[in-house]
Amino acid sequence: MSKISGIAASAGIAVARAFILEHPDYTISKNTVADVQAEVAKLDDALDKSRAELQRIKERTLAELGEKKAEIFESHLLILDDPELINPVKDKIREEVVNADYAMNEVSAQFVSMFENMKSAYLQERAADMRDVTKRVLNHLLGIHYVSPAEISEEVVVIAEDLTPSDTAQLNRRYVKGFTTNIGGRTSHSAIMARSLEIPAVVGTKNVLSQVKAGDLVIVDGLSGDVLINPSEAEVVEYTAKQEAYNLQIAEWKKLRDEPSVSADGKHVELAANIGTPNDVTGVVENGGEGVGLYRTEFLYMGRDKLPSEDVQFNAYKTVLENMNGKPVVVRTLDIGGDKELPYLDLPKEMNPFLGFRAVRLCLDRQDIFRTQLRALLRASVYGNLRIMFPMIATLTEFRAARDLLLEEKAKLQAEGQEVSDSIQLGIMVEIPSTAVLADQFAKEVDFFSIGTNDLIQYTMAADRMNERVSYLYQPYNPAILRLIKNVIDAAHAQGKWTGMCGEMAGDSTAIPLLLGLGLDEFSMSATSILPARSQISKLSAEDMKTLASKALEMGTAEEVVALVRSIGN
Amino acid sequence: MQKTFRITDEDGIHARPATALVNTATKFKGTEAFAEAKGKKVTLKSILGVLSLGLEAGESLTLITEGAEEAEALSALEEVLVKEGLGELNE
Repeated sequence: MSKISGIAASAGIAVARAFILEHPDYTISKNTVADVQAEVAKLDDALDKSRAELQRIKERTLAELGEKKAEIFESHLLILDDPELINPVKDKIREEVVNADYAMNEVSAQFVSMFENMKSAYLQERAADMRDVTKRVLNHLLGIHYVSPAEISEEVVVIAEDLTPSDTAQLNRRYVKGFTTNIGGRTSHSAIMARSLEIPAVVGTKNVLSQVKAGDLVIVDGLSGDVLINPSEAEVVEYTAKQEAYNLQIAEWKKLRDEPSVSADGKHVELAANIGTPNDVTGVVENGGEGVGLYRTEFLYMGRDKLPSEDVQFNAYKTVLENMNGKPVVVRTLDIGGDKELPYLDLPKEMNPFLGFRAVRLCLDRQDIFRTQLRALLRASVYGNLRIMFPMIATLTEFRAARDLLLEEKAKLQAEGQEVSDSIQLGIMVEIPSTAVLADQFAKEVDFFSIGTNDLIQYTMAADRMNERVSYLYQPYNPAILRLIKNVIDAAHAQGKWTGMCGEMAGDSTAIPLLLGLGLDEFSMSATSILPARSQISKLSAEDMKTLASKALEMGTAEEVVALVRSIGN
Repeated sequence: MQKTFRITDEDGIHARPATALVNTATKFKGTEAFAEAKGKKVTLKSILGVLSLGLEAGESLTLITEGAEEAEALSALEEVLVKEGLGELNE
């Protein structure tokens, strides 16, 4: 047996036989054929087999993963039947007296390059569909035995160099018990997909593919990042027990799905989720989120070649609000610029992007962009419980300017006869120390605060969190940070307002006791952290945590704070 | 028969509506159906043809039907566009 270490990308443990996912080599040569008719017949046969295969995959996907996932195969079937593709391939075979695989590949390449050269990013991606369909036909023509992830029908662990988006879209949770890849990090596409599918995964193992053969027994430990190949019987027993314990814990967490988030002594807090797209709402609901604490609207603006229209935005906001079914949804207005670029805005490069022209600063300057977003939000407000917050607020003047634009757009919409909700709460992100210090003044004018710890920590400590040489200064538990958080929460409470947190810290099990003690009202985190957090909070006494937090505020270093929290043994 | 539409969906005519249009056009065996845009005319019975138009929001698209069931085909195609939230009648 051997053991490899990688990055734990998705929690849980899988024990199953290895399925090696390798994309075959399609080297095609041009040959003259003796019998043109036979070659056309060969093509027809390959098309028939591909069609049957796609039909089968489509039906299975439909039954197991739903209509949306099956749609892609529907369009693949149409491509297979497309006279604009098939007729030129047959003509080529006949006219040039060449082999079917060559003709197929040549004609298909023209479509691939047509899509690749299209203006729209969406249509460029259709080149991948064209390649998928072509490979399927080539498999039959060349006698390549390739099983795509969609065709896996027994319990396996998938082993691959990397998983493409098209591979992961086809993974079926029923059969794929886990996966491990040579490359990738915690935030790579495949890792994110694994977490949303709740499949244990270890990525970035560097050489797993060269060490595992198809059918080897493999253990994937998505908790520690270990991958065991052909483990001993004792290890199988050990990990099976670990897996059962983990499953029991998950089952225990799931019981809390529809429960409120209450501490052992009865203090109620709200556990919400951070989302990036309307699709993420499913995960929030499944994990018992009491709301959306941060809807990052940037994704609406990224991956396209122009600004999203008011209607596109309206539809996205409306979908999220409707699917949250009356639960609060905090939408953060556009947080772009600085390090997050939008090519079509053509912003100048900056020396210090994190301290530069971004978020609300950009929105107050480019009012055309900002007003469009505000209008879309206001129009969507009647479909649920909308809360709007502005990011990167540094001064009260900025907040007032942003608020006034919102009020102007509201008045305009109402004058146009549009219905707008009257109960939209308006808040700000607290991520700049000046705002945290002056929270008492802000609290008089905002409805709520949401603390963005990722930036608040780097600005307070004057350390770029991406710079490895100073990353030791990224200290969520530094008493300076805790005091700023306390200042914000106290200021809000003094005015009868609430404070949430949407940075990484809100879902961190070491921070949760402190934040509960400091009186945080809402914790917003990744959806899968909600149930573990709810379970943790249910075992803590808010009164005891208050004492713990006051002790922490009097400490000198982050290490001392961590030792203090660990001493309560949770 | 023909009718012109303006594409309102931000993503233009993408794979799902294209699939629906081709499936509908293919049902009418004895009727030819074409899509014309930006000076290019393609058969509506080819998904690659429809996608090759690269239609984006704001652009016009003319649907043309010729043959025995041209009226039925045209109204079925129009229904697809409307159902997909795509076209806006532009007459």
